Amino acid sequence: MGYRAKFEVWRGDSSGEGALQPFEVDVNEGEVVLDIVHRLQATQAGDLAVRWNCKAGKCGSCSAEVNGRPRLMCMTRMSTFDEHETVTITPLRTFPVIRDLVTDVDFNYVKAREIPSFAPPEDLAPGEYRMSQIDVERPQEFRKCIECYLCQNTCHAVRDHEENKEEFAGPRYLMRVSELDMHPLDVRDRKDAAQEDHGLGYCNITKCCTEVCPEHIKITDNALIPMKERVVDTKYDPLVWLGRKIFKREDLEARHATGRRSLDDAGPGNGSPLPADSIGPVGG
Amino acid sequence: MADEADGTAVSHHSYDVLVIGAGGAGLRAAIEARMRGKRVAILSKSLFGKAHTVMAEGGIAASMGNANPRDNWEVHYRDTMRGGKFLNNWRMAELHAKEAPQRVWELETYGALFDRTPEGKISQRNFGGHQFPRLAHVGDRTGLELIRTLQQKIVSLQQEDHARTGDYESDLKVFHEFTVTELFKDGDRIAGAFGYRRPTGEYLCFHAPAVVLATGGIGKSFKVTSNSWEYTGDGHALALRAGARLINMEFVQFHPTGMVWPPSVKGILVTESVRGDGGVLKNSEGERFMFRYIPDVFREQYATSEDEGDRWYDDADNNRRPPELLPRDEVARAINNEVKEGRGSPAGGVYLDIASRRTTEFIRKRLPSMYHQFKELADVDITAEPMEVGPTCHYVMGGVEVDPDTASTVVPGLFAAGEVAGGMHGSNRLGGNSLSDLLVFGCRAGAGAADYLDGLGTAPAVGNEAVDAALAEAEKPFSVRGEENAYTLHQELQQTMNDLVGIIRRADEMEMALKRLAELRDRIPRVGVTGGRAYNPGWHLAMDLRNMLMVSQCIAMAALERQESRGGHTRDDYPAMDENWRRELLNCSLADGPDGPEVQLNHQPQPAMRPDLFDLFELDELKKYYTGDELGGHRADRGM
Repeated sequence: MGYRAKFEVWRGDSSGEGALQPFEVDVNEGEVVLDIVHRLQATQAGDLAVRWNCKAGKCGSCSAEVNGRPRLMCMTRMSTFDEHETVTITPLRTFPVIRDLVTDVDFNYVKAREIPSFAPPEDLAPGEYRMSQIDVERPQEFRKCIECYLCQNTCHAVRDHEENKEEFAGPRYLMRVSELDMHPLDVRDRKDAAQEDHGLGYCNITKCCTEVCPEHIKITDNALIPMKERVVDTKYDPLVWLGRKIFKREDLEARHATGRRSLDDAGPGNGSPLPADSIGPVGG
Repeated sequence: MADEADGTAVSHHSYDVLVIGAGGAGLRAAIEARMRGKRVAILSKSLFGKAHTVMAEGGIAASMGNANPRDNWEVHYRDTMRGGKFLNNWRMAELHAKEAPQRVWELETYGALFDRTPEGKISQRNFGGHQFPRLAHVGDRTGLELIRTLQQKIVSLQQEDHARTGDYESDLKVFHEFTVTELFKDGDRIAGAFGYRRPTGEYLCFHAPAVVLATGGIGKSFKVTSNSWEYTGDGHALALRAGARLINMEFVQFHPTGMVWPPSVKGILVTESVRGDGGVLKNSEGERFMFRYIPDVFREQYATSEDEGDRWYDDADNNRRPPELLPRDEVARAINNEVKEGRGSPAGGVYLDIASRRTTEFIRKRLPSMYHQFKELADVDITAEPMEVGPTCHYVMGGVEVDPDTASTVVPGLFAAGEVAGGMHGSNRLGGNSLSDLLVFGCRAGAGAADYLDGLGTAPAVGNEAVDAALAEAEKPFSVRGEENAYTLHQELQQTMNDLVGIIRRADEMEMALKRLAELRDRIPRVGVTGGRAYNPGWHLAMDLRNMLMVSQCIAMAALERQESRGGHTRDDYPAMDENWRRELLNCSLADGPDGPEVQLNHQPQPAMRPDLFDLFELDELKKYYTGDELGGHRADRGM
C-alpha cells in the first residue's frame, strides 16, 4: 500500500530567510501529514522544527499550511492527495516564523489577556450555580475551540493587514467575548468593549474563519454575527443613543475615533453579503 | 563558561515558587500559590494551554450527588481503594474523595461550563469502577474544558496584577515552550532550576526556594501509547536526581480502548465514556466476552447477564453494572486475552459497539470528539459501525513519593502533584480520578509550597558551579558528532518497553529488558545532534531520552521484583494477587555507582489504613485483600 511521495517543506528561521526544501519520503496506509513530517525528522532532517502534541486533533498545536490551505497536520490524511502530487508544507503565514514550520503565536496570548475575564455573580457560592442545558449549549460550542489559531491565521483582516493587529482581536477572541456574553451567569456588559476595544467592526463576515475551523465551530454565524446584533441593539437603541448624546458626547466621539472600519472595506467585492458594522437585528 | 558570543549566556530570574508543568495540577498549584501572595513562574514544555490534560475525555470524578443523592465521599473513597486493589495511600484517597466536589464547584466560579442536569446542576455520568454516576463532564472533551478554565483563571489573576502593578506578569508569569533539565539544591534544600527556551535555545536559571513538579507521566517510553511527546518522565527523573524517591513504578495503566487502525494512530485514546454511555465490547464471534472476565473480588458488584447489565443504565439501584465497566486493568487484560486466543478483530483489537445500542443523535451529542476522531482519522462512522480497539499505555500510577497533606517530598522545598506523584491510585487508577487528583493535589501543592515559604529562614542560594555543570550537560549533544541517532534510540527504547515490560510480564523478558536498557544507557551519551539551538527537536529528544531511560529502568526493576499480579502489573509467572505483597511498596532512588548515579530499588512497608476508614468496608470484602491478623481491628470484631 505504501508509496514514495514528493514533499516540499519550508526551511527557514526567524530572520525571515528560507526556502522550500524538496524531499522524497515513504508514505504508508492511513498516515497523516504529521506522520510524514516525523518520518522526515527521524530519517532525513533531524532538526526539522515542527510543533505538535496530541496527534489526535485535540490540542491545536500542529497548525500549518498544506498546499496553501490552513490545516492541522495531524488531521490531514495523506489519502486526500494524489500519489503523484507534490505536497507543500509551509508555516502559518500571519505569524512570524521561529524556525521551519514553527511560528511565534504570542499575538494570540496578548489578545487573550485583553479580554476581561468571566465575572461571576457575587451572591452565589461555589456549588450554588444553576444553569439550564439549553442556556449553556450556545457558549459551550465556542469552548470546543482548541486554539489552533487557524482562524486567526486566515482572517484577512490580519492576514493581509499587519497594521490591524493592534486593534483587532481576531475571530478566536471575538468569539471569546461572545462566549462570555452568552454565559448565563456572567455579569459584565461586554457589548461596547467588543466593538471599541476588540475590533468587532473589522469583521466583514466573510466566514473564512468558520471554513478553516477544525472543530467545525460556526464562528461567524453563531458567535460574531449575534455579537454584532447585540452591539447594534444597544448602539442604535434610540433611548441609549439619546442618553449618550446628552451625557457622553465627548466619550462617544473618542471611542468613534478608534472604532474605525477595516481597511478591507466590506461589500460585494470581497464576497461579504453585507458591509461591516451594518448588521441589523434579525428577528428583533 | 557561559558566553554571550556562542549563545550559551545564562539569564537569571527569581521567583518564590516555580511550577514545572502547565497541565491541570501545575495550573491549579500556580493559582493557589499566587492567591496566597507568592510570586510564581510556570515553566511549560508546550505552549500554554496545550498540556496533555486536554486529552482527558470522560470527566472529573467528584461525589456531588447530583445524579444519585446516595453518592458521598465515603462511597467514592471505597471505589478508589477497590480500583487500586488496596495499595493506594489511604490518606491521599481520603483527601481526594472529600475535596473533589469543592474543587469542581470552584471551577464554575472560574467560568467552566459543564453539562447540566434537568435541575440545572452539574451533570454526572457513569464510569468504570464508580458505583454511582459521578463524572462531571462536557461531552467527551472534559479535559479541554478543565485546561481552558484554569488557563483563563490564570489570565484573570494576571489582569488583577496588571490593574495593581501595570504589568500582567509581575506576580504570575508563564514561560512556555520551556524545558527544565536540572534542579538546584543548596545543601538539602531546593534552590532553583535550569533549562532552555525551546524556540531559541536560550538558557535560563531560576532562583526559587520552592519547586512544584507537575510534569505528568511517562508514556513516551512505550511504543503504543495515548500520551503525547511531552510525556517523557521529566519530573520523575528530576525528582530522582534531586534525591527524592519514586514509589509504585511497576504500575502502568494500559487503557483498554485505544485505536488500533490505521497503524499511524494506533494508541490514540477512545474514551471510557463510550462504555459508560452504553457501548459494549464484542469479540470476532460477536460475543460480549466481558461476562467471562469478572474476577472474584468484584463478583458481587457486576451483572452476570446481558439483560441485567442493560437494565442498569436506567435503574442502577436495582441492577448491577455491566462488566464492560470493570476497572481498566481488568478490561485491558480481557481484551489482551481475547486477541491472544484468536478472537480478535482484523487489526488486532476487539470491537467496541455503540452504534447498535444508541441512536445516532445520542452518540453525536454525548461523544462528539469520538465521532469526529474516527470519522477523520479512520473513516469509520461510529454511529453506524463498531470501532476496533485495543490496550494502549495511558497512565503511570507510580511517581514521586509525597506527604499527602502538603504534597511535599523528602527534599525540602520540592513538591509534586498530579500524574508525576505516586500513591493516590495504588495499583490502578479509576477513570475520572485523574482530573480530580490534579485539582485536589495541585491545590494542596500550591498551598504546601506557600506554607513552606512562610516558614523558611534564610533563602537557599544557587551555586555557580552547579549552573556551569547544568549548562555543560545541556551542551553535550552539540559536541558529540553523529555516532548515535536520538530518534533511533528512542524507537529501540519504546520497542523494548512495549515488548518486554508491557501489559503481561515475565521474569525472563524483564531481565532481557534491563539488559537492553543498560546498553542504551551506554549509547545515549553518544547521541549527537545536527543544527543549532533554536527549535531543534533532535536536541530536545536527546535531552529527554535520559529521563525516559531512567524512568524505564525504574519500571522494569520494580516490575521484576513484584512477584504477584495486581492492578496495572500483571505477571504471567505470578498470575495471582498475593496479600503479603499488599503490605509492600517498592521505591526507587538514585545511588552512586561506578559509572555515575544508578537506580536502586528498596522495599518499604505500606502504612496501615486508619481504623475509621477501614470500617467503611464490609469485613467480607476486606478478606479478599487482607490477611488474618490485619483484620483484627475491624468494627465487625467489636460487634458493630
